[in-house]
Amino acid sequence: MEKLLQIEKLETEFTKDKQALKILHGVNFHINKGEVLGLVGESGSGKSLTSLSIMKLFKGTSGEISGGRIQFNDQDLTNISESDMRKIRGKQIAMIFQEPMTSLNPVMKIGEQLLEPIRLHLGLKEKQAKAHAVSILKKVGIPRAEEIINEFPHQLSGGMRQRIMIAMAISCNPQLLIADEPTTALDVTIQAQILDLMKQLQQKENMSVLLITHDLGVVAEMCDRVVVMYAGRVVEEADVFELFESPKHPYTKGLIGSVPKLGQKKEKLDSIKGNVPDPSNLPKGCKFAPRCNNVMPICYQEEPPDLKLENGRSCSCWLYKEERGDICV
Amino acid sequence: MLQYIIKRILEMIPILFIVSILIFFFTHLIPGDPARLVAGKDATLEEVTIIRAELGLDKPIWEQYGSYMNHLFHGNLGTSLKTGLPVMDLFVDRFMPSIYLTLFSMVWALVIGLLIGTLSAVFKNKWPDYFGMVTAVSGISLPGFWLGLILIQIFSVQLGWFPTGGAEGWKSYVLPSITLGAGIMSMLARFTRSSLLETLKADFIRTGRAKGLKESVVIPKHALRNSLIPVVTIAGLQFGFLLGGSVVVETVFSFPGMGRLLIDSIAFRDYPVIQAELLLFSLEFILVNLLVDILYSFLNPKIRYVA
Amino acid sequence: MELSKTVNQSNTIITEKKYSPLKEFWKNWKRQKTALWASFFILLLIIIAVVGPYIAPYDPYKPDYNSMLQGPGSKHFAGTDEYGRDIFSRLLVGSRISLSVSFLSVFLGAIVGTILGLISGYFGGWLDRFIMRSSDVMFAFPDLLLAIAIVAILGPGLNNVVIAVSIFSVPSFARLVRGATLEAKETVFVEAAKSMGASHFRIMFQHILPETLGSLIVFISMRIGTAILAASSLSFLGLGASPETPDWGAMLSLGRDYLGTSSHVVMMPGIAIFLTVLAFNVVGDGLRDVLDPKTKNE
Repeated sequence: MEKLLQIEKLETEFTKDKQALKILHGVNFHINKGEVLGLVGESGSGKSLTSLSIMKLFKGTSGEISGGRIQFNDQDLTNISESDMRKIRGKQIAMIFQEPMTSLNPVMKIGEQLLEPIRLHLGLKEKQAKAHAVSILKKVGIPRAEEIINEFPHQLSGGMRQRIMIAMAISCNPQLLIADEPTTALDVTIQAQILDLMKQLQQKENMSVLLITHDLGVVAEMCDRVVVMYAGRVVEEADVFELFESPKHPYTKGLIGSVPKLGQKKEKLDSIKGNVPDPSNLPKGCKFAPRCNNVMPICYQEEPPDLKLENGRSCSCWLYKEERGDICV
Repeated sequence: MLQYIIKRILEMIPILFIVSILIFFFTHLIPGDPARLVAGKDATLEEVTIIRAELGLDKPIWEQYGSYMNHLFHGNLGTSLKTGLPVMDLFVDRFMPSIYLTLFSMVWALVIGLLIGTLSAVFKNKWPDYFGMVTAVSGISLPGFWLGLILIQIFSVQLGWFPTGGAEGWKSYVLPSITLGAGIMSMLARFTRSSLLETLKADFIRTGRAKGLKESVVIPKHALRNSLIPVVTIAGLQFGFLLGGSVVVETVFSFPGMGRLLIDSIAFRDYPVIQAELLLFSLEFILVNLLVDILYSFLNPKIRYVA
Repeated sequence: MELSKTVNQSNTIITEKKYSPLKEFWKNWKRQKTALWASFFILLLIIIAVVGPYIAPYDPYKPDYNSMLQGPGSKHFAGTDEYGRDIFSRLLVGSRISLSVSFLSVFLGAIVGTILGLISGYFGGWLDRFIMRSSDVMFAFPDLLLAIAIVAILGPGLNNVVIAVSIFSVPSFARLVRGATLEAKETVFVEAAKSMGASHFRIMFQHILPETLGSLIVFISMRIGTAILAASSLSFLGLGASPETPDWGAMLSLGRDYLGTSSHVVMMPGIAIFLTVLAFNVVGDGLRDVLDPKTKNE
């Protein structure tokens, strides 16, 4: 399969009071053309920051990529200029966000906001641009598209607004769509509709999707492959079926164990004890060690390497060192 | 929308009514007998009594208020005690210059204030921000009359670019407008900065950037438009500051406007003029705030559709 | 010996751990460099206002017709005015007028406004409506204009300036405190105090007022700057201090005729007013950053 995006040893940090605070510590994964990749983790694991790093959306923060590569097609996004990056944002890589209520500008009409990327990236004239906007709105299942473009965001429901966000994102036929918790803020019934829509559009347009979520139900439904992040690192990467079938990393096991299953007769759900560590005060060795059920002495000493396992899986855990110690990367 | 405007206008009426009562009664509290003032120092008691009757001052105060309001509705603001002219005549020549003065001051204050505030927010904690905010905090701390005197000294007396006073031609408006607008400009700059900084944190700003828009599009088109809503409200409230300031500035620049007339009338206890002036000033202020409310509803689509 | 030492140690630990709002404030305040300097300046001004008449090198009221309108020099640090009076001495003595007029008027306005705001926010209902409508009417007169109108009624003079400036401060304080009261009223401990049968008076002044203190202090310091400007404007217009008093605004007003020839007569009192107001505004900004919970995280 052809790779669309390859992230290697990505490091991103913030600066506060002249001190650098590293949040992403060498993130590695890739996205193939036409696949949906799930990026999973608790809040604070660095999954959103990974997506912002791909888009290099750091304006107004002190965030900065301090190492690694982001290979997109034949370009390394980490060292292209801001003006070249702007040509990629919205055109080749588009993004939708968690909060449909606040992600649209409250004082601009829907049409005005939707036309912005269309005019900018497709160079269409007024009339064609408008026609294109209406056709995109219809594509995302918005009724009375011609009227909606003259309305303001507050006149629409959350689900409708998220559809608008999707319309805006796909309006320039991007190769990669990054969706950061796109359904978290929506009602359950609306969630399913939006996910359906995304899946359907992805297949029709043969787009790649990076779906960021903490909801494993969403992952199971939508994704082809899954990357699990913890404390700014990728701890496991696997095909979606294999991941749910046989999770390797204790953290992944914990995540899957904490999801209620139908027909399960357990008194209590498994939960992962403790909290995500503070990025300014990370433990030595494996970052998950203090919360791990299978912890070994070495886990407190040294960070586990990224181990390549069978079927293209990988896992960063000392438990599998014995198995695959020879193919350590 | 129209409903909303009508509702706001109706709300104005009781406030104006109470304001008129307050002004009327309080100006009657001004010490000194106006009849004696008109009659002159050497007048006999009879003469004063006659004048008092002529002025209607011998009637009960309620009756005086009634006839005052009655005159008011017929466009009669009373007669100046000092000049014997109808107050309206005194206002005719002075009203427009004062309006121009406040308008010019407001306009430049808004434009420059927005500009400084925006630059400060965009370059937060960099030199344009420091420069802008030092200017702004100095601007709100400057006594207007002092600034006016210094401007006269430099630009009128020494450089001879502008007249030292009067209201003839646009040149005579330049220095008074700068003086009057300086404080408001500074307040607006500070307010724009904090409002814009707040907006720049919003999610939709990130959306705009994720579309590939340039900062030169994101900031004016997306951020500033949202920040403008509270800034306009503040500008309306500050209009009162302009009206008060105009009294001082008109005195400094010997500007033939309403503000100076007020000071002159207070010195002479010419209370029909004082009454009319105060009434007019509060009417202006209330009207401007009404306009601001309407403008606000245009800027904020949420309000527009509620009505 | 050994025992008392341990007791001592544990005592100090307890006192150290005790939360002290003043200490906390000072810790944050030290970081506000500009505001720190401005507060030292204000402190200096207050000292001058107290000891001014004793340290003034010349009699601020006594004319000296041999040295009229002299520029700043070694003999007269800030020059002399048209009666030959030493401007520096007048400024020193005048600081008491500026500070006392502004402090007094702002505190009067703050006290009345705070009480009205507390009542309005706490009791609500018709009392609230009455107080707020009245302040709407007051707001219908622009600030300085209201002060001018009041002085016009009461007659010129510093006492009336104080009254005028305090009256125009009342509605803004009332609004501020009312808003804060409405917020504080909803908090748990006010509910708790109510359920324990505390009197309205007690709840208002012991529980709600402390909650509003932060924003109140910020507003007072901003308002003092405004009050100094307003009072000096009134003096400048001839509605405040009488011309012979060394009030900064009055000095400026008298000096304006000599602006062309001896600009220091206008410059000196102007700079004094400007720096004082600037200091209060900078301190106000600093206080807002330290005390206002809304901007604390900035």
